[in-house]
Amino acid sequence: METRGDTRMQGYADPGLCRELADRIRAALTGRLRFMEVCGTHTVSIYRSGLRSLLPPEVEHVSGPGCPVCVTHAREIAACIALARIPGVIVLTFGDMMRIPDSRGMSLQQAKARGADVRICYSPAEALQLARANPDQEVVFLGVGFETTAPAVAAVVKQAGQNGLDNLSLLSCHKRIPPALGHLLAGRDLDVDALLLPGHVSTVIGLGPYSFLGREFGIPSAVSGFEPADILMGLYSLVRQQEKQKPEVINAYPRAVKDQGNRAAQAVLEEVFDSGPAQWRGLGRIEDSGLYLAPEYSGLDAWKRFGLEDIEDREPPGCRCGEVLKGKLHPRQCPLFGAGCTPSRPAGPCMVSTEGSCAAVFKYGM
Amino acid sequence: MHTHILLDHGSGGLASQRLIKDVFVRHLGNAVLSSLNDAACLDLSGRVAMSTDTFTVTPLFFPGGDIGSLAVHGTVNDVAMCGAVPRYLSCGFILEEGLSLELLERIVASMARAAESAGVQIATGDTKVVPRGAVDQVFINTTGLGELGEGTPPQGNRAAPGDAVLVNGSMGDHGLTVLAHREGLNFRTPVESDSAALNGLVSDVMQAVGDVHVLRDPTRGGLATTIKEIAEQSGVCIELEESRIPFSPGVEEGCSFLGLDPLFLANEGKMICIVPQDMAEKALQAMRSHALGKRAEIVGRVIQGQAGRVVLNTAIGGQRLVHMLEGEQLPRIC
Repeated sequence: METRGDTRMQGYADPGLCRELADRIRAALTGRLRFMEVCGTHTVSIYRSGLRSLLPPEVEHVSGPGCPVCVTHAREIAACIALARIPGVIVLTFGDMMRIPDSRGMSLQQAKARGADVRICYSPAEALQLARANPDQEVVFLGVGFETTAPAVAAVVKQAGQNGLDNLSLLSCHKRIPPALGHLLAGRDLDVDALLLPGHVSTVIGLGPYSFLGREFGIPSAVSGFEPADILMGLYSLVRQQEKQKPEVINAYPRAVKDQGNRAAQAVLEEVFDSGPAQWRGLGRIEDSGLYLAPEYSGLDAWKRFGLEDIEDREPPGCRCGEVLKGKLHPRQCPLFGAGCTPSRPAGPCMVSTEGSCAAVFKYGM
Repeated sequence: MHTHILLDHGSGGLASQRLIKDVFVRHLGNAVLSSLNDAACLDLSGRVAMSTDTFTVTPLFFPGGDIGSLAVHGTVNDVAMCGAVPRYLSCGFILEEGLSLELLERIVASMARAAESAGVQIATGDTKVVPRGAVDQVFINTTGLGELGEGTPPQGNRAAPGDAVLVNGSMGDHGLTVLAHREGLNFRTPVESDSAALNGLVSDVMQAVGDVHVLRDPTRGGLATTIKEIAEQSGVCIELEESRIPFSPGVEEGCSFLGLDPLFLANEGKMICIVPQDMAEKALQAMRSHALGKRAEIVGRVIQGQAGRVVLNTAIGGQRLVHMLEGEQLPRIC
């Protein structure tokens, strides 16, 4: 009979292995370990697998800024919706973006219901196909995400440029994780002892861009995968660093992450994008944390092509996603949680995103 | 003979008559339907269970099924979940102008095969044709009638502390198959819809157990939503064991890739069966003896506790709550 154990990844959710790792963490723990799981996928995995209940109470977790939808700024959401409402524009997006409301409660999903042409894709490469099939329309890809997805988008931009697809453009809202962590730590308002770093970001950037964490801030960090045993491995590494009082960046996900990352992905990122300041929801302006099309690709920049650069918007009233993203507020402490804000009627992005900490607590929390 | 549906086919005139005779009666014909009266005169006795459902799936054809067989299976299953023996179906078609007649015939022929294999007759029907763009090719409504036997039928409010919760096989196959096929996604391990009529399986389980407390097919919203509904309807707490819930490798892989929770994916050939604990093994054996229940499992239990609460004991030994699906599941960015 086929069982759940038939799939290769199942080993990383093996109860025996997970219990053993949890025991090791308990044995090595010298005091409180309040860690921030930087990535939204970690957040969901921790809640969905019930991993919390395996850990001693001294290990506390705080959700960080690593959910791409959650940190997309209100002005970027407003720009996406404004784009969708321009006649002749087809907006192509990943599904997570559909339900996020702007300050007036309008979302891409609602704009679509009122006639906007918004389509959900599973890969940025679909933009090329869509642009070729609709030569009389403007196809705009919403570039939301971190270093994980940005290289695939960069490759599409490069190809569009090479193929002379002049009806395709990119609304880049991409963000970089390391500068955001530097910003949070430098602000000194982050009460955490260690960082669990996103494995898929490091498959691209490697470990190098995080080296400042130990050097400048003395904070232990570990790059971790997303299965329960991966997360426990990462946590064990953090506990050991704390025990030895030797903060560094440990690769606890070697089956997917090379220390130097993926050179080809780094090269295409570097060619297509320049970094610059970006507004993060709840975190404010962070230098060097945004990815914008380099001058030679500026003709494919939807911000410029559709005159969206001056667009402004503010966060929806009452929404405290910003504090949740800094780990200052547990989702349940938000007055809107579960009443004025649910996954189907979200006030803010932490509830609407699959990877948002509010959505994870709402769906899985005990 | 036209090759595509024209608005004329919905006019009620000669074109409509030809469509009815050449397509619908030719494939679905039986003594009741072929009489072509305004209403079907049926041979039913005692208490009757009735259910209606409308099918709007895209794409129309997918691995493991199509809209035609789905329209039969879906309604047959709804009637069977009340413990009734499904006997008759009605079917209403809304066709888009320009729909290929060959495609329509394939769908109707598939309905005919599904109905025959489920042992139900299509007794009456209706066709409307709407202008191009008003619907997506074809929508089908089916209504089912079935005969209820003696005793209290299985109902959503009858789960009681001490009961066992069973499923007849892997979860989420239909939902992921339709999504993957619609979006042109290929997973390393292929997925196929589980679309099937469950009345035979229901009959075997009812015979083996006698008093089945609850039967439900976890269609849209998946296992999680349906179990939560039952917990609320019955005012009980339900505890599920994640490691006992069967999933096909393709569903596990696809969900991991897309960031979807397989507990919320739709099924079309699966049922949740809640029986008194002392009958659980009998029910399990009855299921496993049937072709549609080979991977049946006891996946949980009904316990004393907060009414409406569903707790999942996770595979790694943790716990989490299970809620209803809120909105549609959307694939994540990374």
